[in-house]
Amino acid sequence: MTTSTSTTDTKISAPPVRGTDYAWYAAGLLVLLIVPFFIYPLFAAKVLCYCLFACAFNLLLGTSGLLSFGHAAFFGSAAYICGHALKEWGLPFELAAILGTLTAASLGLVVGVVSIRRQGLYFAMVTLALAQMIYFMAFQMPFTHAEDGLTAVPRGKILGLFDLNNLYVLYYTAAAVFVIGYALIVRITNSTFGQVLKAIRENQPRMISLGYSVNNYKLVVFILSAALSGLAGATKTMVVQLASTVDVHWATSGDVTLMALLGGVGTLFGPVVGGVIVESLQFYLADSGLPIQAVIGAIFVVCILLFRHGIIGEYQRLRGKH
Amino acid sequence: MAELSLSISDLHAFYGDSHVLHGVTLDVPAGEVVTIVGRNGAGKTTTLRSIMGMIEKRTGSITISGQNVIASPPEKIARLGVAYVPEERGIYATLDVTENLMLPRKVNDSGMTLEKIYELFPNLHARRNSQGTRLSGGEQQMLAIGRVLRTGASLFLLDEPTEGLAPVIVQQIGKAIELMKAQGHTILLVEQNFRFAAKITDRHYVMERGRVIDMIPRADVEKRAGQIQQYLGI
Amino acid sequence: MSTQVLFGQLLVGLINGSFYALLALGFAIIFGLLGIINIAQGTFYMIGAFGGWMLLNYFGLGYWWGLLLAPLIAGIVGMALEKTLISRMYKLDHIYGLLLTYGLMMFIMGTFIYFFQTAPRPYPVPPELQGGYNLGFMFLPKYRAWVVLVSLTFCLGTWFVIEKTSVGRNLRAATENPMLTRAFGINVPALLTFGFGIGVALAGLGGVLAGPIYSVSPIMGGDLVIVVFAIVVVGGMQSILGAVITGLSLGVLEGLTKVFYAQGANMVIFVIMFIVLMVKPAGLFGQEK
Ligand SMILES: Nc1ncnc2c1ncn2[C@@H]1O[C@H](COP(=O)(O)OP(=O)(O)OP(=O)(O)O)[C@@H](O)[C@H]1O
Ligand SMILES: [Mg+2]
Repeated sequence: MTTSTSTTDTKISAPPVRGTDYAWYAAGLLVLLIVPFFIYPLFAAKVLCYCLFACAFNLLLGTSGLLSFGHAAFFGSAAYICGHALKEWGLPFELAAILGTLTAASLGLVVGVVSIRRQGLYFAMVTLALAQMIYFMAFQMPFTHAEDGLTAVPRGKILGLFDLNNLYVLYYTAAAVFVIGYALIVRITNSTFGQVLKAIRENQPRMISLGYSVNNYKLVVFILSAALSGLAGATKTMVVQLASTVDVHWATSGDVTLMALLGGVGTLFGPVVGGVIVESLQFYLADSGLPIQAVIGAIFVVCILLFRHGIIGEYQRLRGKH
Repeated sequence: MAELSLSISDLHAFYGDSHVLHGVTLDVPAGEVVTIVGRNGAGKTTTLRSIMGMIEKRTGSITISGQNVIASPPEKIARLGVAYVPEERGIYATLDVTENLMLPRKVNDSGMTLEKIYELFPNLHARRNSQGTRLSGGEQQMLAIGRVLRTGASLFLLDEPTEGLAPVIVQQIGKAIELMKAQGHTILLVEQNFRFAAKITDRHYVMERGRVIDMIPRADVEKRAGQIQQYLGI
Repeated sequence: MSTQVLFGQLLVGLINGSFYALLALGFAIIFGLLGIINIAQGTFYMIGAFGGWMLLNYFGLGYWWGLLLAPLIAGIVGMALEKTLISRMYKLDHIYGLLLTYGLMMFIMGTFIYFFQTAPRPYPVPPELQGGYNLGFMFLPKYRAWVVLVSLTFCLGTWFVIEKTSVGRNLRAATENPMLTRAFGINVPALLTFGFGIGVALAGLGGVLAGPIYSVSPIMGGDLVIVVFAIVVVGGMQSILGAVITGLSLGVLEGLTKVFYAQGANMVIFVIMFIVLMVKPAGLFGQEK
């Protein structure tokens, strides 16, 4: 209807990943190392868990273009399993986290098999509805303790040596988990597998005709994304010593979507930025008397209307232009 | 309603980033039948869609009886009295035949009544309660043409109305177009069937790769038959 | 188990089914016409309920005014949002529409919670509809019968308008091929605004109807919308009739589950969805595309 509408914005597009930014990685590691001396380590550790969650979520959206609106199911189920393993079975965190991650991965397999054939909006709706099933199950299962959740989860020792109740040990453990997860995500994104996924996203019919089993590729990345979300959820339980229905509620799926969107969907580092912003907002607004939910909703709306590519995405676009 | 004239100059059109029309200029005087010919992919359909306002990215000028409509939305253009028969026919599956016929908004009362249209195309009357897309190709084409006769439009954009149809039906469609012409309406026709078009056309424009490369008035058609064949690659 | 309990739960199921049907119908219209997943559908249900409550408490306008005006309010709010914000999403990747309505939902819900807190507020049954009928095997409160009646009437009415009138014909045409429909002189952008208004007004109607039964609270539509999603997936995303039939029957099924296996009641709709997705991915009334 107008003569000058630009159509460059119409697809969420992943800019090419630069694998050679080692200087940036080194700087990032340095920041991770010194953070607990400036910021309350417990809070920083929690933020890192959500950042990893956002990166895991974005692994799916950024590479395959599939928007899952049910990632809380993976995050939350791993949170519960890890909590249960720590509290009831007395397992060390390493094992509990692995159990949680495996749970999330198997759940990812089930949800993925049902939803992966659906595209776009259908996929979002189906994942959301399936995740809601998990949410109701969290109320029914005996070990989740319904509304109360798993409280006062003991942290135990890491590697059998260091007491995780020491906030620095706690922080560096969370940081290590984050680094491992993030490195995996970078690796997956840059691998041939990641490139095939991008090609599928750009031209699915072509990839099908080239003989790629498109749905299998999508399923694998879905499971990987679910597993890493689980790793984030499991670590979060250990850090805050709590697993509750909030973790599996769809608002958590919404939050993680906002993190990725705000930071920049399809950028590797964007979700980290988004995670830090959203978590900090929630933390600092908590006592301000402002309606947090409304503020976050407003940010969401503004973000979609004005800078859809997110902070990192817009930055990259600007740099790319000049 | 006064007959409409159409004048296009330096029209550019784009699908996303691909630049398809490169400065099309042509004139359709009121009451005349003008035909655009050209090979596949020359930009004929895109030209019609641009006139109709259906191509989002377009520049240049399109004036309908003096009014520039380059920035107008399709519904505004239609309401000036422009009717469009698309190449792909555009029959609605969720509407039955009568609903398909009744869909276009009337611009005045000079158009045909539903009964008249059914009289012109008895096949349609027989199938009036069928789902639009259950009709045969020929019936769908009749429906597409019948659909624009009701509105009282006076500028018709017809995109290959005889494409893929049996001779009998081509005749029937030809009758409908002649009827429009007899009523003094202005017609911009895109047609591959040159023999069909030549009978009713006042001037031919030849398009190639998004440009108008020649104009052949009715009087010259016989003289330049060889050249025309070359243009069309026959 | 007594027949009292059975029929009681059946009735509850039918009532919930009526709300599901209203919301799912509105949702399906919006999805078909605009290609937008309106995750804020439950929010408009809440706005409808609050509309009724506010009319009563701030303006002294009773239930009947509420029933008339609250859906209108929801519809007008919806049309304003469509015109100013949602319409900007049509040219973008579809998921932005979902994300935008999600943001709107959080904003509206958060604002309501800020001003009204989450505690439920009573909204009385109008005097004309108090009491009930003793059917012998069960007691049928008048108001509940009324809710089912009104919902069904509006669902059928909406279906009639869409299938049998010229407005509905234009809506169907705009759903199928918006650009060509515009070329036939039909103002499709206005039609989209109107369609969104109708879709959310149906949710608003559900909200006022629900007020006297479930009380009014800012969080009342929050989880409901996910159930509506599941229903629409089961019914077949764009199918109007599918939304209504699935909404009602899954409501009843949910009620029955409460009788036979209470723990599963919340989940039964999602289990059905799961099965339908495995067996007939396009939904019971949908066409594969
Ligand atoms: N939707 C589209 N997106 C991108 N390019 C398009 C689109 N439609 C047409 N084109 C391109 O624009 C050019 C002109 O197409 P157009 O349909 O106008 O040709 P035409 O002259 O009508 O051809 P035909 O005789 O085959 O109908 C072609 O090169 C075509 O590939
Ligand atoms: Mg063509």
